[in-house]
Amino acid sequence: MADEALFLLLHNEMVSGVYKSAEQGEVENGRCITKLENMGFRVGQGLIERFTKDTARFKDELDIMKFICKDFWTTVFKKQIDNLRTNHQGIYVLQDNKFRLLTQMSAGKQYLEHASKYLAFTCGLIRGGLSNLGIKSIVTAEVSSMPACKLNSHFLNV
Amino acid sequence: NKDLFVLTYGALVAQLCKDYEKDEDVNKYLDKMGYSIGTRLVEDFLARSCVRRCHSYSEITDIIAQVAFKMYLGITPSVTCNNPSRTEFSLILDKNPLAEFVEELPAGRSSLCYCNLLCGIIRGALEMVHLAADVTFLQDRLKGDRVTEIGITFLKKLDEKKYRRKK
Repeated sequence: MADEALFLLLHNEMVSGVYKSAEQGEVENGRCITKLENMGFRVGQGLIERFTKDTARFKDELDIMKFICKDFWTTVFKKQIDNLRTNHQGIYVLQDNKFRLLTQMSAGKQYLEHASKYLAFTCGLIRGGLSNLGIKSIVTAEVSSMPACKLNSHFLNV
Repeated sequence: NKDLFVLTYGALVAQLCKDYEKDEDVNKYLDKMGYSIGTRLVEDFLARSCVRRCHSYSEITDIIAQVAFKMYLGITPSVTCNNPSRTEFSLILDKNPLAEFVEELPAGRSSLCYCNLLCGIIRGALEMVHLAADVTFLQDRLKGDRVTEIGITFLKKLDEKKYRRKK
């Protein structure tokens, strides 16, 4: 079984690799985040196909989000999303209080400015998963204090 | 879950193929990345496993194949020794989990070493325990060979270890 450690190290290397080959500046930062997000998108599409092969059809969007928060998150990050909020009009906020990819980084406000780099892949992961379930969305992340993070997904079909 | 790692690795290689035109550049990048990962992974490995101190290169290669590969990739490659002075070994994998979802190398990428990350990881890990080694792919199933074979050539002699034991 591939340990979590292996994926964590690979993910961190990917982030540093993408940023190393880019120059400074806002535009470059955006480009790097997009690259990471697109990689996450591909992986999310593949993962959701494998995970939902034998599950029943989803009743509605809330059902899909509950699946992402419970089963999907558990298989990928070994824990569930701690809090799911929605306005029932296509906006869902997933809150993870101990996000696996950030726990080793800091426990508070240190390195906050770098947090977004480490969330880009996961945003793509969710967007890819939703896309293969028929939902077009935009997923962004907010970190106010590590290792907790909030992932906002905005459904576009609605 | 293994799928996450395997799929992420695939996405990474795909992105690298887009960024770099030459296969050697992609191979070099994967090797460098693997090296950084290996230098950190070895600590995780030593913390989780209870390996005794090794007294020979063949013991080390056995541990890499039977403990490390099993722990992180779920497979146990077989080990063969390639030279009488016992410094060159091969790990033979008949199933490569990293390439589980790969059917064939993309067109025009015939010299891409898809799993070059593994070579870098082994090299980086060994260097952290003060062993210099050359690690390369000798055979690759994705390139048409029958099995996937990783060659490890230890570069430094074991003289210092022998000296310590004599004491």
